[in-house]
Amino acid sequence: MKFAVLQFPGSNCDQDCVHVLQNVLGHPTRLLWHKESVLGDVDAVLVPGGFSYGDYLRTGSIARFSPVMQAVKEFADQGGLVLGICNGFQILCEAGLLPGALIRNRSLQFRCEHVYLKVATQDSPFTQAIPEGKLLRIPIAHGEGNYFCDAATLEELEAKDQILFQYADRDGDVTDHANPNGSLKNIAGICNTARNVAGMMPHPERAAEPALNEDDGRLIFESLIAGLNPAPAPA
Amino acid sequence: MYPAPAITPELIAEHGLTPEEYERIQEIVGREPNFTELGIFSVMWSEHCSYKNTRALLKGFPVESPRVLVGAGEENAGILDIGDDLAISFKIESHNHPSAVEPFQGAATGVGGIIRDIFTMGARPVCAINSLRFGELDNSEVRRLFRGVVSGIAHYGNCFGIPTVAGEVYFDKSYEGNPLVNAFALGVLRHDQIARGAAKGVGNPVFYVGPATGRDGLAGAAFASQDLTEESAEQQRSAVQVGDPFMEKLCMEACLELLATGAVAGIQDMGAAGLTCSTCETAARGGTGIEIDLAKVPQRSPGMTPYEILLSESQERMLIIVHKGREEEVKRIFDKWDLPWAEVGKVTDDGMMVVKNHGEVVATVPAAKLADEAPLYHRDSKEPEYLQKTRALQLADVPALAKPEAALAKLLGWPSIASKNWVYRQYDHMVRAGTAINPGSDAAVIRVKADSYPPLPIDEPQDDIPDKYLAMSVDCNGVQVYLDPYEGSKATVAEAARNLVCSGARPLGATDNLNFGNPHNPELFWQLKESVRGLAEACEAFGTPVTGGNVSLYNQNPAGAIDPTPTVGMVGLVEKPEHITSQWFKDEGDAILLLGQAVESDDPLLGLGGSALLQVEHGRKEGTPPPCDLAKEKTLHDALLGLIETGVVKSAHDCAEGGLAVALAECAISELTARQTPRLTGAEIDLSKAECERLDALLYGEAHGRVIITTSEAEAGAAVDRAKLLGVPSARIGTVTGSDTLDVKAGDNSLSWNLSDLHDVWWNTIARVMDKK
Repeated sequence: MKFAVLQFPGSNCDQDCVHVLQNVLGHPTRLLWHKESVLGDVDAVLVPGGFSYGDYLRTGSIARFSPVMQAVKEFADQGGLVLGICNGFQILCEAGLLPGALIRNRSLQFRCEHVYLKVATQDSPFTQAIPEGKLLRIPIAHGEGNYFCDAATLEELEAKDQILFQYADRDGDVTDHANPNGSLKNIAGICNTARNVAGMMPHPERAAEPALNEDDGRLIFESLIAGLNPAPAPA
Repeated sequence: MYPAPAITPELIAEHGLTPEEYERIQEIVGREPNFTELGIFSVMWSEHCSYKNTRALLKGFPVESPRVLVGAGEENAGILDIGDDLAISFKIESHNHPSAVEPFQGAATGVGGIIRDIFTMGARPVCAINSLRFGELDNSEVRRLFRGVVSGIAHYGNCFGIPTVAGEVYFDKSYEGNPLVNAFALGVLRHDQIARGAAKGVGNPVFYVGPATGRDGLAGAAFASQDLTEESAEQQRSAVQVGDPFMEKLCMEACLELLATGAVAGIQDMGAAGLTCSTCETAARGGTGIEIDLAKVPQRSPGMTPYEILLSESQERMLIIVHKGREEEVKRIFDKWDLPWAEVGKVTDDGMMVVKNHGEVVATVPAAKLADEAPLYHRDSKEPEYLQKTRALQLADVPALAKPEAALAKLLGWPSIASKNWVYRQYDHMVRAGTAINPGSDAAVIRVKADSYPPLPIDEPQDDIPDKYLAMSVDCNGVQVYLDPYEGSKATVAEAARNLVCSGARPLGATDNLNFGNPHNPELFWQLKESVRGLAEACEAFGTPVTGGNVSLYNQNPAGAIDPTPTVGMVGLVEKPEHITSQWFKDEGDAILLLGQAVESDDPLLGLGGSALLQVEHGRKEGTPPPCDLAKEKTLHDALLGLIETGVVKSAHDCAEGGLAVALAECAISELTARQTPRLTGAEIDLSKAECERLDALLYGEAHGRVIITTSEAEAGAAVDRAKLLGVPSARIGTVTGSDTLDVKAGDNSLSWNLSDLHDVWWNTIARVMDKK
């Protein structure tokens, strides 16, 4: 599988994504500079975390105008797989590839901590390899991760099974107490109606190695790889 | 030409220069200096830049070891060898005064400044830590400063993309109105990537890169070298810089990319004293002269005077001396990153720093004399009178507690001891995917992998770089230093080293931040002198040279001086990942061992002097803190590291504030699975063998040199024997039960604490105070 990881000025999780995809999972991965307007030969695109363009104006709001994002839109329109993590999720929402918006955490503070994620559906290229009922332990690190959308959009997200991950407690219960940022319905990640574009606030790339005592995040990348592989290797 | 004020005695005094210093300036320039030159001398001869009051003392620090590649004072930061042709560069620096006036930007630019010092050395910054001091949290102004400082650090570090992996925060009345913000950063590089801040090569062009110069931060270095006054906040807000971490991130990437081309002859950041300091220091180091034209410097506001441009401390700017003929590479790379750049001057051979404005000379100063011949003072010192009172306390006269068990929750909820999760959860401590031990253990441990190192030249094949594991900690018990500057400072170094060893690392080197009061006060200068003596002895004993640091004096306001606070940041190398050790208990049935004596056998009460217990339960910041026996400490560290390296140690935690009981409680409550999901692991402890009639001294005394470790039941006996063989008094003191209580037996006393209650007060105290609506 060939991956591209976008690199905006201010991206700071780009290297971490390359590390996991290339060194941990063994798939050729290259960085794609924001001024590029051609993606080249890739099977999936990762929009990494960070503070693209300094998060000036609003998180993700400037990145959507970059040449590379125009190419990503075309790629997504043709069914290409796109995963946005943290700032990448914010960019995909700003770019209109995903519905809704990420607003300031309800604490008005940045939050960096581990959370439990309930996998709301296995029916997506981003979650298909995650065992049924498995609760993921993955860190978050954001100041604007509070997912918001209007009532009609939320209804559609639910009706079309687009919610991928929800913040939960250790027992897997989706409670307000377990919600680190105030997201509607504890939403931590969603996909589009075509199910080929997804965004999530937690950082699976920071939880993909036993060396760092955690590897639940790996299941998300393995899902992607399984979807791209004609004959997926057993998990 | 703008109308420059005439040089009067008042103007000289306003610039913080004495009449004698002014005479010396006249000698150096060979005439009356003009206004711009006066400004240049004023900032370069401030304590912040020149160390004029402390240089003589700092000579006492050990600065050498086989690992030192760049030593203290040579460059912007020191560099140590970590094997395999790899190296680390680290330093700590204060931003106390700016943070007192404008906490958010003051703290943010403190982080920005120290990060710049690191990549100026050619290293890629890979982690940050910090040490903070505030007044007591019941004061709303203190809460405002605390909140602002933490969010400023978070803002800068998070956006830059550097994990803030550890730190310490203490609260004490003496810091009210005078908070301390000491920021540390560490970077990594290959041996052949070390960059130098020297203006080499006569005729080489001098480039200015980074955002335009504005009026912010005018003469911040001079401001930092005065007492804070009531008027400081209003008058000196313009001396506080405004930070832009996004710019700094771009600037770092561009600089590292440019360094890889080999086009750079010298590089220096514009930190304190901005353009002035960077030009004269690079020329002084290069043994050359430098000539710049201010008209070419990108400027943010119109009509800035030469004085303002030279003394501005606008952030995220770098001075780069480029090999002649390779200017295009600078332009190509900085254009790629959309960063402003300008060629502003050239290296000359006459040893002079010549500043022009539109071709007209506005300042001419001998560079080396300006940089290196600042005045040097040997201040008077005298033992402070307060010590007679604090030493008078007889520990035997301290009444024993009626209910000693009740003190544990009080101590765990004392903000200086309580969990700092309210702070570190605002810092991204995991970016770069390398944090092996998160904040909340004795020391942070990070993994440094190949992609962390600065880029190689484009045509060079990627080298094979092994993963490295580094531990770091920052420490200082200011109260102990206040009560005994010499012993307290030794203990500070010992604790930093102990924290590293507990995490599985061998200490390599240290950086110090000396935060003290006004050096003209002989009693305060005595504190400084004694403290430096203690730090130096201890660094020598642990084989950890001081590779650089920072001095921050004048930390006082009309209410008085701060407790002397010589913060020590220490870095260690973990040889193998399996040696990484965290502080919390691991498995049910594990044996709990105490390395070191429970209480000093000659004087069991010794550990109460200057203890947290005395402050919390008796309201007394008094007594003589326990002495720190460096030889004993070193033996303990070597023994513990030996045990860790044999693979038997499952957890290790040192005893510090609050003594044995607080340390045991922390072992049982500090593991965090996920947010709001602690893992509580109870234990049964038997301290009956300790010869101590006073339960308060046994539980809460703070004798040094004690570590709680756990091993499997099967390996406990051998571990105790081995520790004894290595010269460390050791004993099995209990078993991990995994229950929800901590049970301690001591003689006839049986105490029991509910861990949920202890966890709640320890974990939530600070958040409850800070997030109160």
